[in-house]
Amino acid sequence: MVEKSVAELENLVLEVEHQIKDVEGACQKDGVDRSVELKVLRERYEALHEKLRSRLTPYDIVKLARHPLRPLTADYISMIIEDFVELHGDRHFGDDKAIICGLGSIGQERFLFIGQQKGKSTKERIACNFGMPNPEGYRKALQKMMLAEKFGLPIVTLIDTPGANPDIGAEERGQACAIAENIYKMCRLKTPIVNIVIGEGGSGGALGIGIGDKFAILEFAYYSVISPEGCAAILWKNGENASEAASALQLTARDLLRFGVADEILPEPLGAAHKNPRAMADSIKAYIVRCLKELKGIPIEDLLESRYNRYKRTGKYLELG
Amino acid sequence: MVFFRKKKDMPNGLWVRCDGCKGVVYKKTVEERMFVCPDCNHHFRIFSKDRLNFLLDENSFEEFWENMVPCDPLHFKDRITYPERVAAEQKKTGLKEAAIVGQGKIEGKPVMVGITDPSFIMGSMGAVVGEKIARIAEKATELRLPLIIISGSGGGARMQEGVFSLMQMAKTSAAIGRFQDAGGLYISVLTDPSLGGVMASFASLADVTIAEPRALIGFAGPRVIQETIRRSLPKGFQTAEFLLEHGFLDRIVHRQDMRKEISKLLDYLQNKK
Ligand SMILES: [Zn+2]
Repeated sequence: MVEKSVAELENLVLEVEHQIKDVEGACQKDGVDRSVELKVLRERYEALHEKLRSRLTPYDIVKLARHPLRPLTADYISMIIEDFVELHGDRHFGDDKAIICGLGSIGQERFLFIGQQKGKSTKERIACNFGMPNPEGYRKALQKMMLAEKFGLPIVTLIDTPGANPDIGAEERGQACAIAENIYKMCRLKTPIVNIVIGEGGSGGALGIGIGDKFAILEFAYYSVISPEGCAAILWKNGENASEAASALQLTARDLLRFGVADEILPEPLGAAHKNPRAMADSIKAYIVRCLKELKGIPIEDLLESRYNRYKRTGKYLELG
Repeated sequence: MVFFRKKKDMPNGLWVRCDGCKGVVYKKTVEERMFVCPDCNHHFRIFSKDRLNFLLDENSFEEFWENMVPCDPLHFKDRITYPERVAAEQKKTGLKEAAIVGQGKIEGKPVMVGITDPSFIMGSMGAVVGEKIARIAEKATELRLPLIIISGSGGGARMQEGVFSLMQMAKTSAAIGRFQDAGGLYISVLTDPSLGGVMASFASLADVTIAEPRALIGFAGPRVIQETIRRSLPKGFQTAEFLLEHGFLDRIVHRQDMRKEISKLLDYLQNKK
């Protein structure tokens, strides 16, 4: 039997999706019980999805992570966080819209929330600089993190950036310094930190809010030292090889779990997060609550020691003779 | 050894072309001036071993963990495999990896030293560079010695080690953090070029940050910025002078004065704890 291509599978999924809707519509009209028929269709739908999922290449996953309909930080804030109080500004230069900070709660759990925001409409995207933070974004995040430390609030960060902004102004204001400072301070911050990659985990720009005690990644998010396109341009001397580069870089959630960089993969709903944002939000919410409850019980000195070792142990090398 | 360009019109390698003034200068004169152009003060790129010789007291350097070599955790292959690339770079440079760390003396004062060499896979930071920098910071913490790290990295992170190289930014920053907590003095010396993951981690976390004249320093490389903003970059952008102007450097120091200046800093900033 010839294997179906991803495009063919996608068409089949859509077809079955329509069939399910038609049958559901018919039921509503005439009230006839078609539960057996529906069950068969739904099983077929899930099976096709499973097949599709297993056929995705790393570069397909990168594209899913960048999908224009994918839920963003602001969507998750409205779906997950109760009583959100946004806090603006870095106290030095400005208020970077590519990083949203604020106080929030989920039930009994209160925390500082930080997330990278890409924007949905063209206007929003430009205001958020497509999720590429400037130094003032990292400094805003740090200033709020110091506040959280002072008042004993844990920190939750959502990572979704193609990378830190590469432009003249960002360099003039010390992009490298700002990111370094955040990494350095987050390694020692005396409060629990949970990091979740919800879309793109773009290199140093992601790491600038990506240090912590728990690290999860959504099933179709990625986390990489360089974009596949950038890597291809340098090593293959050709941006066309992005798909090959994506495979070589091993940047998917499964890779990160295997490497021990991620503690957990948060599975996405059928057809990825944008098909059912609510379900995705519920799963992220549950993860946050579980982590905060667990981390709360750990003495801060022990937490800092294990945070240090989390990074100290990463990377393989050989010592000869 | 030095990155002198090979030119057919320069027989016997007696003369070199200076990238600063584009003039042709007598190689021996350049060498005597620590590879600095006598006409325009352009600082040639040099190997890490030469830098250590210029900075430290004669025969005072003892290297640590010199037999640490990279693994290939991703089985990475672009046009060539990562092990092939490493082997070629080792042969080209005579180094086992981009970083050398150890202990030495500056005008009799003991210091811990680390250096990255931009001639080895662009001086990029993989697990070996990260581990060596972290270990030397830990050792400096333990022995309560000042730490001097000389950076030269055009690549930042080592792509061939994927996300592991990204994690080295965290590893080195965390180790510097502990060193700082213990009250140690850390001097970061930035040389041409210092970019990317190295700049966005340990190289930017010093008590005193100095750079060689005209060194290229930044987060994103100039080519990436130019491609992103689609216009030409201002003159002198991302040079040491540009960084000083914008408040990110304490001093710009000429190569020939480096040892004297660092020695002075060591005298001023002694740990009283
Ligand atoms: Zn010259």
